[in-house]
Amino acid sequence: MIRHLLSAADLGRDDALLVLDTAIEMAATASRSVKKLPTLRGRTVVNLFYEDSTRTRISFEAAAKRLSADVINFSAKGSSVSKGESLKDTALTLQAMGADAVVIRHPESGAPYRLAQWLDGVVINAGDGTHEHPTQALLDAYTMRSRLGRIDGLRVTIVGDVLHSRVARSNVLLLDTLGAEVTLVAPPTLLPVGVEAWPATVSYDLDAVLPKSDVVMMLRVQRERMNDSYFPTQREYSRRYGLDVRRLGALPEHAIVMHPGPMNRGMEIAPQVADSPRSTIVEQVSNGVSVRMAVMYLLLGGSGSKENS
Amino acid sequence: MTTYLIQGAAIGAGAPTDLLLRDGVIAETGTGLSAAGAERIDAGGLVALPGFVDLHTHLRQPGREDAETVETGSMAAALGGYTAVCAMANTDPVADTAGVVEQVWRLGQEAGLVDVQPVGAITVGLAGERLAELGAMAESAARVRMFSDDGHCLADPALMRRALEYVKAFGGIIAQHAEEPRLTQGAQMNEGVQSARLGLTGWPAVAEEAIIARDALLAGHVGSRLHVCHVSTAGSVEIIRWAKSKGWQVTAEVTPHHLLLTDELAGGYDPVFKVNPPLRTAEDVGALREGLADGTIDVVATDHAPHTREDKECEWGCARPGMLGLETALGVVAEAMISTGLLDWDGVADRMSTAPARIAGLSGHGRRLETGAPANLVLVDPAAPWTVRADELASISRNTPYAGLRLPARPVATFLRGHATVLDGKGQW
Ligand SMILES: [Zn+2]
Repeated sequence: MIRHLLSAADLGRDDALLVLDTAIEMAATASRSVKKLPTLRGRTVVNLFYEDSTRTRISFEAAAKRLSADVINFSAKGSSVSKGESLKDTALTLQAMGADAVVIRHPESGAPYRLAQWLDGVVINAGDGTHEHPTQALLDAYTMRSRLGRIDGLRVTIVGDVLHSRVARSNVLLLDTLGAEVTLVAPPTLLPVGVEAWPATVSYDLDAVLPKSDVVMMLRVQRERMNDSYFPTQREYSRRYGLDVRRLGALPEHAIVMHPGPMNRGMEIAPQVADSPRSTIVEQVSNGVSVRMAVMYLLLGGSGSKENS
Repeated sequence: MTTYLIQGAAIGAGAPTDLLLRDGVIAETGTGLSAAGAERIDAGGLVALPGFVDLHTHLRQPGREDAETVETGSMAAALGGYTAVCAMANTDPVADTAGVVEQVWRLGQEAGLVDVQPVGAITVGLAGERLAELGAMAESAARVRMFSDDGHCLADPALMRRALEYVKAFGGIIAQHAEEPRLTQGAQMNEGVQSARLGLTGWPAVAEEAIIARDALLAGHVGSRLHVCHVSTAGSVEIIRWAKSKGWQVTAEVTPHHLLLTDELAGGYDPVFKVNPPLRTAEDVGALREGLADGTIDVVATDHAPHTREDKECEWGCARPGMLGLETALGVVAEAMISTGLLDWDGVADRMSTAPARIAGLSGHGRRLETGAPANLVLVDPAAPWTVRADELASISRNTPYAGLRLPARPVATFLRGHATVLDGKGQW
């Protein structure tokens, strides 16, 4: 198993499948009366969050606690972080505290890579800038697998602000590793120059792609992007790239609709679509805990364990 | 003053020759020279070149003496084989008055290791809004001829035109940091495959090329001298080639790092590889080398940019752009241009000394090593591979992108008007 989880590209096919298989076992424990596993007893997991993301932090916290780890939340607000302490100094502090794993959410791309150079513990990227969010991709893959029974050969369409999306980057990499065919749909302004090197097809025409999709994943689009002329108006964006009821009908019957959240209802996704039975949005949240348990279990529970090895 | 007899150094790509340095000049050249009382330097196997001239150095003084001072930057320059450096104006306070440029010039004189030629800011405070007193800086003791808002692009086309015109009155030249600001908002690295993968905001080649094209057209229109700083893209080389073909007075520089390194180095997010303009692709590196070889690009300039640990030991997006360059320039140029056969040592002498001295108007530098010339020269060991160690550099800062890299050649002795500033690779201070 890899040492840190910084990018979805860190996971080879075997490792990725091991995470997904382990997540199934973790999910099974959630239905037991005693939900906790003793695996990480005595180990310290730090949630180091430089961005507000209550949902992701809670997901990691729940995962760590179900593995019996001690959890320390180190959030940007009200800590030394906001007083201008450097990431390196924070890393040295966490090192001194004996952090076994640091889950980091940071507005700057690559911050987890820097952190990993300054810490002995495991670093898990919980979203860095516009770079990656590998555990989101893992939980998305887990969700596809549980709904559709496989990932190999699935046609996955990712729609929206690919340029600024860490979810898209991680999903493209992981889905390619797992054998899915990815199509990216976005206005050309919201696709990065250089996207042609990604293992994905690009289209500007959502209606043409939907009938050939097993999964459609809608990305959050910030309304402020229109101020930088990435698109003219919210209305035009929704009309050209939003998933409404009509477009939902164009999907094959078995196809599912995903969204990493938080949603802009009425912008990239219509409320009726978000709440439809095709939508996996709620189960993505619960799957997130299982997948994050699996990641911590595999990265921390193995040979690096202080007590169990 | 010590008299030096340099024995058996190849003059550039030429034959081994003796050089007698006395009273600040090259007193004699020839073979089998002897001079009573002279300190002999066995230069067999070494190459003698005119002392290097750097058109683009950030010495950080006044204002950021925690990163570099005129004195430590001068040490780094001497060790790199330089006898003159042009100190960029983006200090604090900005070198936009006669007072500040004279201060920097005096600090250079006091250090006494290289000639420190201040560059004046074009606009007040580098703000790009109104001209600084360019004439006053030209008439000051610092005798400023080159003006630049480097660090910022002078984006306003009308102001750029006026600056180009105005400095003609005193033989000045405008050096532009070509970066269209609207196209590089928040830019972190070269825009392309790597930036897409790394999720870092792209700095597109067109942002450089569009400004160079505009400025070349302006320089042609008003008959003024334009110098393009740190050319970094293949497209820029083409535009400069075209501008020169028109007969316009356009010159250009390339940095050592743009001749050797590519944007793939951003992959680990270590900001030691963050620089502005950013590292580009291997294709760009190839075009820059060719442009330097065929003379489209006139000079190698370091853009030596010291930064403190705090400004580099952080997230990529929070780090300041810039790299050390003075002490490694010759080695990198040897790797990129000599080892590849693109330039010989005469070519290196031209691109690192003669051409930059001419552009900067430094008449005592960049001269042929012949009798009567000022004794500004460097002895290079062309076959002395060495490994760059950040801790061994003379700069206060440590932000070299070459740490651990093996370079094929290094300067072993530097003379400023006959004074040895470096002997046996060691600073004489
Ligand atoms: Zn510059």
